[in-house]
Amino acid sequence: MIERRVISVIVLNEHGVLTRITGLFAARGYNIESLTVAPIPGSKYSRLTIVTSGSLRVIEQIIKQLHKLIPVYKVIEHSDLIEKEMVMAKIPLEERLADVEALCRAYNGNIVNIGQDSAIIMAADEPSRIANFVSALKRFNPKEIVRSGVVAIER
Amino acid sequence: MAKMTGAQMVVEAMREEGVEVVFGYPGGAIMNVYDEIYKHRYFQHILTRHEQAAVHAADGYARATGKVGVAFVTSGPGFTNAVTGLATAYMDSIPMVVVSGQVPLSMIGTDAFQEIDAVGISRPCTKHNFLVKSAEELPEILAEAFYIARSGRPGPVHVDIPKDVTAQVAEFNYPKEVKLETYKPTIKGNARQIKKAVEAIANAKKPVFYLGGGIIHSNSAELVRDLVAATQIPAVETLMARGTLRYDDPMLLGMVGMHGTYAANMAMSEADLLIALGPRFDDRVTGKLSEFAKYAKIIHVDIDPSSIGKLVHVDYPIVGDLKAVLQELVPQAKEKVDPSRYEAWREILNRYNELHPLTYEDSDEVLKPEWVIQRVGEKLKGKARISTDVGQHQMWAAQYYPFTRPREFITSGGLGTMGFGFPAAMGVKRGVPDEISINISGDGSILMNIQELMTAVEYRLPVINIILNNNYLGMVRQWQTFFYDKRYAETDLSMQPDFVRLAESFGGVGYRVKTKEEFDKALDDAISKGVVALIDVVIDRYENVLPMVPAGGSLYNMLLEYKD
Repeated sequence: MIERRVISVIVLNEHGVLTRITGLFAARGYNIESLTVAPIPGSKYSRLTIVTSGSLRVIEQIIKQLHKLIPVYKVIEHSDLIEKEMVMAKIPLEERLADVEALCRAYNGNIVNIGQDSAIIMAADEPSRIANFVSALKRFNPKEIVRSGVVAIER
Repeated sequence: MAKMTGAQMVVEAMREEGVEVVFGYPGGAIMNVYDEIYKHRYFQHILTRHEQAAVHAADGYARATGKVGVAFVTSGPGFTNAVTGLATAYMDSIPMVVVSGQVPLSMIGTDAFQEIDAVGISRPCTKHNFLVKSAEELPEILAEAFYIARSGRPGPVHVDIPKDVTAQVAEFNYPKEVKLETYKPTIKGNARQIKKAVEAIANAKKPVFYLGGGIIHSNSAELVRDLVAATQIPAVETLMARGTLRYDDPMLLGMVGMHGTYAANMAMSEADLLIALGPRFDDRVTGKLSEFAKYAKIIHVDIDPSSIGKLVHVDYPIVGDLKAVLQELVPQAKEKVDPSRYEAWREILNRYNELHPLTYEDSDEVLKPEWVIQRVGEKLKGKARISTDVGQHQMWAAQYYPFTRPREFITSGGLGTMGFGFPAAMGVKRGVPDEISINISGDGSILMNIQELMTAVEYRLPVINIILNNNYLGMVRQWQTFFYDKRYAETDLSMQPDFVRLAESFGGVGYRVKTKEEFDKALDDAISKGVVALIDVVIDRYENVLPMVPAGGSLYNMLLEYKD
């Protein structure tokens, strides 16, 4: 059975560390659905949040193999966590922006910029709700949609 | 604290680590380091004739001695030539440090002359690698490299040093102790799991010891011998574990897997408990996974948690250094296990052994490779180290040589690297100079690093190469015979150099032998002369390695004989 998992990896901030992680996934044929990475404030570590999927055996191997990498400090396999993802989109100005704004508000977002010919909107919510938001957005003919990938923190 | 250049630091670090020999090949990007080697003779440098051979030689040295092997190469092609050596060592968990030169920092990424993304290339085939950015961090990186290479599950570590870093001056303060907060291998096994494992052994009816290469790496063969003797449980060895038990140990069923013995493979197939000590369940051992040991519960001891449960479900996982685990497990097993309990099981396996012993049809017309290996064993067992290349000769050596101790058999198991044997045997000879170093090779493999005859002659590393010559790329030819209706596509190696004159042209001694008497004479002569030798042994062209489990087949379905 294929399962979706969110894995946080705490790694030393050093040259090539991200390549080590992605290389591990690529070399062993594991799947990465999304990956976000940023330094942990006030430390020499970064936190990667990886959304992946696979059988239980594959997930177990992913976690063990991640542990094996020398710059990996900690691998956290979430069970009870808060997940959020952000999305930004460009909507043509001729769309009904009041409706767009209402939609954004329903998904924890708003209009963040209005330019010459388009408005930029953003929303931040659970990944599944972001997927709904993106599909609801289609009717407003978005010119561009950018998703951030998932960040997560244990409850 | 002394100030020194990066190049000096490299040489000083070798002294700090007690390195006695470095195998290598200089070039533009690593010249500063070589200049320091020239000035200070802290260690011997052995100039191989190819970078791949330098790394294999360091590998052979490490396998024979248990110490970290070291090789130096230059950037670009120097490094890419070394990659096969790194990958070979990685697959077999061999402790090694490879230092490569790199173009200057300012030129990295400009496609400079002899530039290659060395750390990018070595990442998937090393335990860890470093690109050094300043001389300041060099001592720490080198100390970490040695520490990572030899600790936990051993493996090769690559350090890439830009040329300008080797010229930079900084303080040299070599760490006496390395502590990495992100790397802490588990040494001690979980006491409760060990206790449970002992209970499982005591309650089993048909247990088998499945002995793997981790025993050699962790130097725990003595403990294993003690455990096997005390419990009287039959044991099988993987290719990498050959020599753990003496060849004449009554509990040893022989090698397991694709070319394992009938008794060993049947033991795995019928066992109710596998006691796996440091193997990694390679496909050449397990055969078809769904049929592998399907009646057995499995105890697996390994220092690498990712090895446990990777391919098969494990009932009693124990993560830890095998030696530390066995130190706890053996006394408990001695107390709890009643050897008489397995008598019926031993009888079954003895019958299998009598039914289908490891055997071949000898001949007086033509030399049989199995006879040659046995003959070497009769003359040299316990006195020589046996390296091999990869192919039929490797399997015959693994099957027929009477191994008496660990680190006696030096072979590329995981990667199966042709060209490994001879340079590795040079490293072995350098590591254990008092013993005879034999490389058993095939006529295909030997040509892959034959240029090292020059190195061996120059540095007086008297390796005796025994070429089992069937004028074929033998193992591939065997598969073509069995599985491709004898379509011998590109495996006929009838076109050959005159190996005798080839050896002589490098300053060694060559022999060509066709009979048992000639072989005996050549081997005796090579041993007594103590020179680099090459014995070209003309063997039966069509001899196959048997028994055989076809790739992907189940262990209990073995080809026991082949009739044309």
